[in-house]
Amino acid sequence: MNKFIIPLIAFALLVVVLAVGVKHSPENTIVPSALVGHPAPEFNLPELLEPGTTVSSSELKGKPYVINVWATWCVTCRIEHPVLVQLKQLGQVPIIGINWRDEDDLARQWLAEFGNPYTHVPVDKEGRAIIDLGVTGAPETFLVNSKGIIVHRHVGALSLEAWKKDFEPLIRADLGTAANAAGSAAPGPT
Amino acid sequence: MTPTRRRRLILVLGILAGVGIAGALALTAFQKNVMFFFDPSAVAAGEVKQGQRFRLGGMVSKGSVQRVPGTLEVHFTVTDFKHELPVTYTGILPDLFREGQGVVAHGRLNENGVFVADEVLAKHDENYMPPEVAHSLKKNEQPAAREGS
Amino acid sequence: MLPELGHFALILALLLAAVQTFFGIAGPHFGRERWIAAVRPAVAGQFVMVATAFGCLMASFITLDFSVRYVAENSNSALPIIYRISAVWGAHEGSLLLWILLLAAWTLAVAFGLSRLPEKFGARVLGVLGFVSVGFLLFTLATSNPFLRLNPAVPDGRDLNPLLQDPALAYHPPMLYMGYVGFAVAFAFACAAMLEGRMDQAWARWTRPWTTAAWCFLSMGIALGSWWAYYELGWGGYWFWDPVENASFMPWLAGTALIHSLAVTDKRGLFKSWTLLLAIIAFSLSLLGTFLVRSGVITSVHSFAADPARGVFILTFLVIIIGGALSLYAWRAPLLKSQAGFEFGSREMFLLFNNILLVVALAVVLGGTLAPLIVETLGMPTLSVGTPYFEPSFLTPILPLLALVAFGIVASWKRGRLAAHKRPLLVTFGVSLVLGLALAFGVYSGATVLTPVGFTLGLWIILTSLLDPVDRWRRKLTLSRSIVGMTIAHLGLAMAVIGITAVESFTQERDIALAQGESATFGRYEVRFDKLADVEGPNYGGVRGEFNVLYDGRPLMTLHPEKRNYWVQRSVQTEAGIGSHRGTNILIALGEDLQGGKWSVRVQLRPLVNYVWLAAFVMALGGFIAATDKRYRTVKSEATEPAPGTAGGVLEGKAG
Repeated sequence: MNKFIIPLIAFALLVVVLAVGVKHSPENTIVPSALVGHPAPEFNLPELLEPGTTVSSSELKGKPYVINVWATWCVTCRIEHPVLVQLKQLGQVPIIGINWRDEDDLARQWLAEFGNPYTHVPVDKEGRAIIDLGVTGAPETFLVNSKGIIVHRHVGALSLEAWKKDFEPLIRADLGTAANAAGSAAPGPT
Repeated sequence: MTPTRRRRLILVLGILAGVGIAGALALTAFQKNVMFFFDPSAVAAGEVKQGQRFRLGGMVSKGSVQRVPGTLEVHFTVTDFKHELPVTYTGILPDLFREGQGVVAHGRLNENGVFVADEVLAKHDENYMPPEVAHSLKKNEQPAAREGS
Repeated sequence: MLPELGHFALILALLLAAVQTFFGIAGPHFGRERWIAAVRPAVAGQFVMVATAFGCLMASFITLDFSVRYVAENSNSALPIIYRISAVWGAHEGSLLLWILLLAAWTLAVAFGLSRLPEKFGARVLGVLGFVSVGFLLFTLATSNPFLRLNPAVPDGRDLNPLLQDPALAYHPPMLYMGYVGFAVAFAFACAAMLEGRMDQAWARWTRPWTTAAWCFLSMGIALGSWWAYYELGWGGYWFWDPVENASFMPWLAGTALIHSLAVTDKRGLFKSWTLLLAIIAFSLSLLGTFLVRSGVITSVHSFAADPARGVFILTFLVIIIGGALSLYAWRAPLLKSQAGFEFGSREMFLLFNNILLVVALAVVLGGTLAPLIVETLGMPTLSVGTPYFEPSFLTPILPLLALVAFGIVASWKRGRLAAHKRPLLVTFGVSLVLGLALAFGVYSGATVLTPVGFTLGLWIILTSLLDPVDRWRRKLTLSRSIVGMTIAHLGLAMAVIGITAVESFTQERDIALAQGESATFGRYEVRFDKLADVEGPNYGGVRGEFNVLYDGRPLMTLHPEKRNYWVQRSVQTEAGIGSHRGTNILIALGEDLQGGKWSVRVQLRPLVNYVWLAAFVMALGGFIAATDKRYRTVKSEATEPAPGTAGGVLEGKAG
């Protein structure tokens, strides 16, 4: 036996440990939301934009919409924000921005400063809706279809590319079936 | 055996003995001082031995932080959304310690089942979530304050 | 335009690095001289391209181009200009680019520099360095491109992490990477020797100055990091045995062993295969450090934002480059035989002990760092390893090592005439022991068992280091730079030992609750909290305390710890107030408002801690002096200056 091969063997063992480490690395284990394919959880939360009123998930039914989880303490949300503003200009679907564990004044100031892409801003101080949604961090974005089913989940900052690739086909499909189901003559993609 | 060879043998044996002693000492130090990680559920399930020093991880429960006025003593509870564990700590909390954020503390359980922390960990980064905590929370399918990557 | 230019330059650099690798390794192999001639221009070209890319990124930071994602994530219009520059390497992507730039610079220095290497051998060295560069350039371009655009641009960036807004952090990564990357040169020399199938004393002489220089940079880098942690993390520790600190410390230990083993290979033609292995290990540990810091496998206060894709990439790269080198080693090392021997009690023997003990210390640190990972691999519960493990386990090999330094310094090469040195050894030891005990129990109070041991060993190293130079000086003999450098480096080591002993034995620290006007006493020192005022900086606001420190009732100094609130990152930051009196550092940090007018305050008195950091710079100074010895500059292919009694030492591999 060649004793000079010992370092190589020791290194091979080390690589096994490191490889398992990479595989087990906590950042690597994004839990797929159990909710994709299931109805969006119900919520009834105070509205940030009109104090005193509330937003409820039941008001939103019947049309596809997007839920975006954000907060002013979240710096990635800030990178993501302009993308949301652009999406609003496209006007494809309403965006509901759940404001997570935040301070109302700061949140209002943020929207005034950087523009408001949201149709509604439900305030979730305790993180109840967030828990129901299975959110692991902000920002996170969900697409809910016209039947109230969550059809897609995006973790991290949303980009226009991701929107075009992952969200738009689903929205088109949904609007198509919704239109067909309603018996309208709208030329949906087949 | 020539004197040179005998000296060489003594040398080799001496080295082996020295390395062996160092290894044994390191292993003992390792066994004695290594700390395991537990979340409040594991503590509640009685997995922690009396007097054992361990790492406790979870989220600081909302509204649980209470100071004893004018002193460095602080009480809070750590939760993994299934169980809560009261913690007491005397000292300066890290800058990033906040209610609703992940935390890791080192210490022991006292006879009343309160975790007496001697160290509460600070991390550089607000994005940082101690991985054991993230893991434990994900296991319980609860949100963790991780920011997007 | 600049980011695109930078991106393009990086791609060109990758191509040139590939050219450098191919011609550098294939040229000598097939004996094509024109291929060999192409290597150096490729090195120069690669350096120019990498420097261009780096310059473009820096320009984007200075001009605050928030359309570049990396700039937007790590800068802000309120960020002062100096931190805009250091922000270039403030996060993963840019620091990787710095790594590559420094590698290109080292390669350039090898190609056009200082030691004149034989054509073939030089080409192989550059080829191996090119290969390392290819790996890192691919890594950057594939997973960590700093030039990605943000579309649309954000109005303002999210600012540099406040902890990194600090002068020490501006220098710490470049120094550290100079060290890491410098070991790539030793690694490349080792691989080239194995490719060539021969390794002689001339090889050791070429390798020595590069290795020593890398080690010097690494020493300074580690010291700067430790210093930064001491005052910027606000809590006054100087070494935490944190995985990332260990990641920089392990290559240092391996590098220290390598420097000493190279000395033996150079002077006596011994330890050849061992020296090669250490050269591979030192660089492997640098790469391992990179992997641990950036893959998210091990968590630490210093880790970069983790990305498993990066982890997989670096791991693959590790397997190729280290696995390749170790395979080459398993194949070629058996060809190397040391022909000379050495006697019991000779300097070689003590350097062998030095190497064994350093490797044991290295194993202890490596084991402790990887233990959580290994345990996880075995499916056992998560655990953590801290100072209580590292301290005793590390000291076990290190204390004997320090005790042997004196013997190693006075012992002669080859012959074991230790008896001849008995008197100076005993006398110096006696003096050190008396002084050590006096220091431990006279000057300070509260000594432990290890205190006099540490002081005595430190003093003994100082006295024995000075024996030979003083003797030569008195006999009016010349002192070579090698000897001066070695002596200074050993004095630095002694300084570190004495400093660490004092800090570990006599530190006083307490967290206290203080109201304005109240004071607390620490031995002869008294700390008085005088007032608290608001403070505002360019990108933060906060409060600033005024503390007066008194010694024997007389005012000594006023310290101003701050609690800052960085607006953009919305993070709170503790800035400690630090002053120094008779070698003792006094650190005051503001905790939090305890209501009722009281604040929690940390007060820490650490004697001689400054000398620990200074010691690293003294060691580095010694190393730099030794590395510039003229004997390294005049080396020809074969050993031209055989040490007395050297048995040739040229080794026949398969090349004839």
